Amino acid sequence: MLMIKNLHAAIQDEKQKTKSILHGINLHVRPGEVHAIMGPNGSGKSTLANLLAGREDYQITQGEMWLDGQNLMDLTPEARARAGLFLAFQYPVEIPGVNNMYFLKAAVNSVRKHHQLPPLDAMDFLTLIKSKIKEVGMDEKFLSRAVNESFSGGEKKRNEILQMLMLSPKLAILDETDSGLDIDALQSVAKGVNSLRAPSRSIVVVTHYQRLLNYIVPDVVHVMVKGKIIKSGGKELALELEEKGYGWLSESVEQV
Amino acid sequence: MSNQYLKQIVDKNYQYGFVTAIESDTFAPGLSEEVIRKISQRKNEPEFMLQWRLRAYQHWLTLSSPRWAHVKFPEIDYQNIIYYSAPKVKKDGPKSLEEVDPQLLETYKKLGIPLHEQSRLAGVAVDAVFDSVSVATTFKTKLAEAGVIFCSFSEAVQEHPELVEKYLGTVVPFRDNFFATLNSAVFSDGSFVYIPKGVRCPMELSTYFRINAANTGQFERTLIIADADSHVSYLEGCTAPMRDENQLHAAVVELIALDNAEIKYSTVQNWYPGDEQGRGGIYNFVTKRGACRGKHSKISWTQIETGSAITWKYPSVILQGDHSVGEFYSVALTNHHQQADTGTKMIHIGKNTRSTIISKGISAGFGQNTYRGLVRVLPQADHARNYTQCESLLLSNTCGAHTFPYIEAKNPTAQIEHEAYTSKIGVDQLFYCRQRGLSVEDAVCMIVNGFCKRVFNELPMEFAVEAQKLLEVSLEGSVG
Ligand SMILES: Nc1ncnc2c1ncn2[C@@H]1O[C@H](COP(=O)(O)OP(=O)(O)O)[C@@H](O)[C@H]1O
Ligand SMILES: [Mg+2]
Repeated sequence: MLMIKNLHAAIQDEKQKTKSILHGINLHVRPGEVHAIMGPNGSGKSTLANLLAGREDYQITQGEMWLDGQNLMDLTPEARARAGLFLAFQYPVEIPGVNNMYFLKAAVNSVRKHHQLPPLDAMDFLTLIKSKIKEVGMDEKFLSRAVNESFSGGEKKRNEILQMLMLSPKLAILDETDSGLDIDALQSVAKGVNSLRAPSRSIVVVTHYQRLLNYIVPDVVHVMVKGKIIKSGGKELALELEEKGYGWLSESVEQV
Repeated sequence: MSNQYLKQIVDKNYQYGFVTAIESDTFAPGLSEEVIRKISQRKNEPEFMLQWRLRAYQHWLTLSSPRWAHVKFPEIDYQNIIYYSAPKVKKDGPKSLEEVDPQLLETYKKLGIPLHEQSRLAGVAVDAVFDSVSVATTFKTKLAEAGVIFCSFSEAVQEHPELVEKYLGTVVPFRDNFFATLNSAVFSDGSFVYIPKGVRCPMELSTYFRINAANTGQFERTLIIADADSHVSYLEGCTAPMRDENQLHAAVVELIALDNAEIKYSTVQNWYPGDEQGRGGIYNFVTKRGACRGKHSKISWTQIETGSAITWKYPSVILQGDHSVGEFYSVALTNHHQQADTGTKMIHIGKNTRSTIISKGISAGFGQNTYRGLVRVLPQADHARNYTQCESLLLSNTCGAHTFPYIEAKNPTAQIEHEAYTSKIGVDQLFYCRQRGLSVEDAVCMIVNGFCKRVFNELPMEFAVEAQKLLEVSLEGSVG
């Protein structure tokens, strides 16, 4: 499904100085698998997620990214989205004046168009969205508000999951969707994600805490420190990290 | 990064740039007392009109062109402008729609303004102004049944001289400013509306202005009077052919609302904006002002300004009546080398008067967009309130947005609130939309439309969709 080979990436800061962030990421996610990427702040997790989605601020200096045999580097962000890549943003963006439901409908129909499907008509769309919004525990009133505008942190995250369920992507990347959520919201989010688990889909969960992984049990856990994946393992690795912190691992990274 | 995309998207293709080949009665260029007498004569005007024009002209000769606006343009040669051009008519002018020159009907059809009463805009009465004269007004009979007078200004001068004499120049006096004074001297036509006491105008009224002839200035004048307890919603639209030289449009609009009356005036301005290098386009120097004369009266201006090389206008409200309300909702889009200096004046005179100003400026390319607004509260205006919000959206690194709010409160009970923001079209917003599968073009349209939503909501239903489409056309490009 997703194959990342030796990915190096850098960014130009305000002083036009090049700062390298990722130093050779390798990742292979098979269909049906759930992977977790953990790591301290600033280790490059969001950078990786954004690169996969096609954010253009970064320079890829080396490496490859493949989704289902397609070279991601050849695709614009919208083409990646239409090919089934979904990113739940760490900081979802507000779009004032744009109706949330209208936005969702435009998104769903642009993906359908790509697959040569006719647009969903208003009734079918409404039926679908009403069932999905229940799953994520959101009030229907959020549909008539502007996209994320004056939503609380938790409401924004639920809205991301709603969008994900509506688009039912092949590869979902969740960037710290759990941060700032209370336990109810956390459970709704997890329920949404789990409902998407299927042999044909893959999910990458980026998180800081192992808490979410109690609800979304990963097949593989990776630890990312300073732009490198320094350790990978089973779900027990998350518990170990919770107990010991990242310190014992990052010491070893200095020597790499 | 996305600037290249944005540039392509906002590059507009102007759809209304064609010229109608029609025989016309056109004066030689130049301005003199003689020209003014000739205009007045052509229109068979009563003496009071001619005298008023001549007084305006004498005053104009003492003035010089104002320079304070944040716009740049070369000196205009007023002797090089044609002040009167009218399509030739066979007889005395068309008596009914059937008699209107089919070529003119065809022109308006091409512009999307069909002049047949059974057309798509069946709920809207249209006065069609072509160069210097009104060529047709629809639904006159139906409106007359309700007592509403809706006709060309020329006709009003003939049929209702007492109303014209009573109200003309009472809101925008001929001495008001350089361009208003010029207009007073040479205006050739326009629309006239009178809504009698207690009448709610049964349909939307609208005027569609078309400049066709080359080298011609358009100087029209609109006068709307809403008598006590009446209500009217009025919309104006405008387009012009593409030409390399600039053309001057200096209009005056006067609104008068008596006790409890309400006037809603909406503009969708789409004059030819000039080309990508800034060649050609209309100079849109317009004076629009309303007087809330009566208590509890209300005047609301809504404008969507997407055209013109230079837009220079401040639709204003004089809040004389106690408890009167003034509103100004504006979207101004400047692309390429377009310049807009626009805003409003809210003059609070009556007690408990309220005003709201919502201004949205969108700049792209090398466009310059200025909001200029004055809120003045006079000493006797107890408990006056104003709320102002100006927002600017920048779509390129080479465009500009400027805000000049002036506040003069001479009464301690005044409550004035002002908010101003400038934002660049968010790279984050754009990426977010694209990550959900939307093309750059759709994403930009969506973001810009969202930005303008508050103003679009104020447009009459029939036109909200039109305005949105117009903005989308203006933002259309070659992406995707
Ligand atoms: N736009 C940017 N400009 C400059 N530095 C950035 C930018 N984005 C990320 N970085 C830097 O890259 C590193 C990785 O950031 P990020 O990917 O957000 O980490 P994480 O998501 O793991 O917390 C940090 O040092 C961060 O400051
Ligand atoms: Mg992050």
